[in-house]
Amino acid sequence: MNTLLNNLDLFTTGFQNTLILFFFSAIFALILGTIVAAMRVSPVPAMRAAGTFYVNTVRNTPLTLVLFFFALGYPKLGLPEISFMTAAIVGLSLYTATYVAEAIRSGINTVPVGQAEAARAIGLPFSQSLRLIVLPQAFRAVIPPMFSVFIALLKNTTVAAGFSVAEAGAIRANLSERGEPAMAGLLWVALVFVVLVFLLSLLQRYFENKWKVAR
Amino acid sequence: MSSVLFDTPGPKAVARNRVLSVVTLLVVVAIIGFVIYRFAESGQFQARKWQLFSFPLVQQTLLQAIGATLSAFATAAVFSLVLGIVLAFGRLSDRRWISVPCLAFTELFRAVPLLILMMIMYYGLPTLGVQGISPFIAVVVGLTLYNGSVLAEVFRAGIESLPRGQKEAGFAIGLRKSTVMTSILLPQAVRAMLPVIIAQLVVILKDTALGFIVTYNEILFQAKYFGSQAQYGSPIIPAAIIAGVIYVGLCLLLAGVAKFLESRMRRNQRIAKGTRAPVAAGSAAGD
Repeated sequence: MNTLLNNLDLFTTGFQNTLILFFFSAIFALILGTIVAAMRVSPVPAMRAAGTFYVNTVRNTPLTLVLFFFALGYPKLGLPEISFMTAAIVGLSLYTATYVAEAIRSGINTVPVGQAEAARAIGLPFSQSLRLIVLPQAFRAVIPPMFSVFIALLKNTTVAAGFSVAEAGAIRANLSERGEPAMAGLLWVALVFVVLVFLLSLLQRYFENKWKVAR
Repeated sequence: MSSVLFDTPGPKAVARNRVLSVVTLLVVVAIIGFVIYRFAESGQFQARKWQLFSFPLVQQTLLQAIGATLSAFATAAVFSLVLGIVLAFGRLSDRRWISVPCLAFTELFRAVPLLILMMIMYYGLPTLGVQGISPFIAVVVGLTLYNGSVLAEVFRAGIESLPRGQKEAGFAIGLRKSTVMTSILLPQAVRAMLPVIIAQLVVILKDTALGFIVTYNEILFQAKYFGSQAQYGSPIIPAAIIAGVIYVGLCLLLAGVAKFLESRMRRNQRIAKGTRAPVAAGSAAGD
């Protein structure tokens, strides 16, 4: 308990940064993932190919390597400088977007065929039938897998600690500089993550009930 | 190609799709081209930056690093599968003093970030007087605890998705509960869940890269070491490219093995109508 109370500043800034990383990455990943999923079911072959290539490549690359590239490689390219935080958000979003895209695509497949057929029958083009008919239903169906993706994202933010972002995963290094026991600090970090994951699963249950698909 | 989402394109739609195809192609080429242009502009393709990776000794070190990654992956994969099966059986136990701790264990280790687990192993335990925690042990134990818990849920979902008749038939012919589990339910659950299990194995392979942060001597760790050699122009981007190609290659290889196994098992099922399923499923779980 003392480890936590004496270093409350470290813990609060650490988890604040974790939540910032999580929040922005989740939003960008959701947007990018939806676009990629739409590309992968679109009638244009080149779009399907581009989406598939992106998803297959990034999903087979470790997140650590993605962040490695953005945190250590990007500054060597002579482009406008970005902070480690921004680099981590970009890396996490690009990585998580592939998982979001796959979740949404599987959701699109669970929407009954009749829905899309009815949309086509009343003359909606692809973009409208996807946007107005299929995607709203797909989103509701994929709440559980989508939240698994977000829980994974929350836990993945700790990887950014290895690349100079002062978030929850970096609390240990700062604690040991202050001469505090490493184990107690790490266990507190683990406990907070358990609580955060629990909160996210409560949120998941709430949305599941609210947006239950009436079939 | 047609799908439920859109009509078979007519002449107008074909023309529009062609235009869109060209636009997509241009955008993709522009993005890749920009990245390559920046690489070339900042001198990432200079021979000096790649020279380091042409030395046999460096190549051998990289091969050793691949070996380190693969050995951590293989050890963790085997232990995770075993732990997953044990935890799944524990959760399905009728005795509450077995099922409740197993539930708590899986929920706890699924919620803690893998990196924090590895740090607890590597930085935390030695301060409590536990000796001999090498980075390898930290990586493998962390991976096993996390992925074992995830796989336990997978196995449990697989077993619960089976028709009740399977279990009841097993009891009806006088098998004990343990035999029903191991020789009737588990083989079918593994077969049903094989795609998910393989996907989780790919996750294990990718997560070995976290060992980089707890100083495990794997691909990314070596890549960073070589990437910071100043006398060769700090080739960090060439090193990242090489590491990326290795990882994507390894993961695609694993996914290929998975696809092969899946098609083989499906063929078996058709020929033998499930009678040979336990053999095939057993060998797959061992891989």
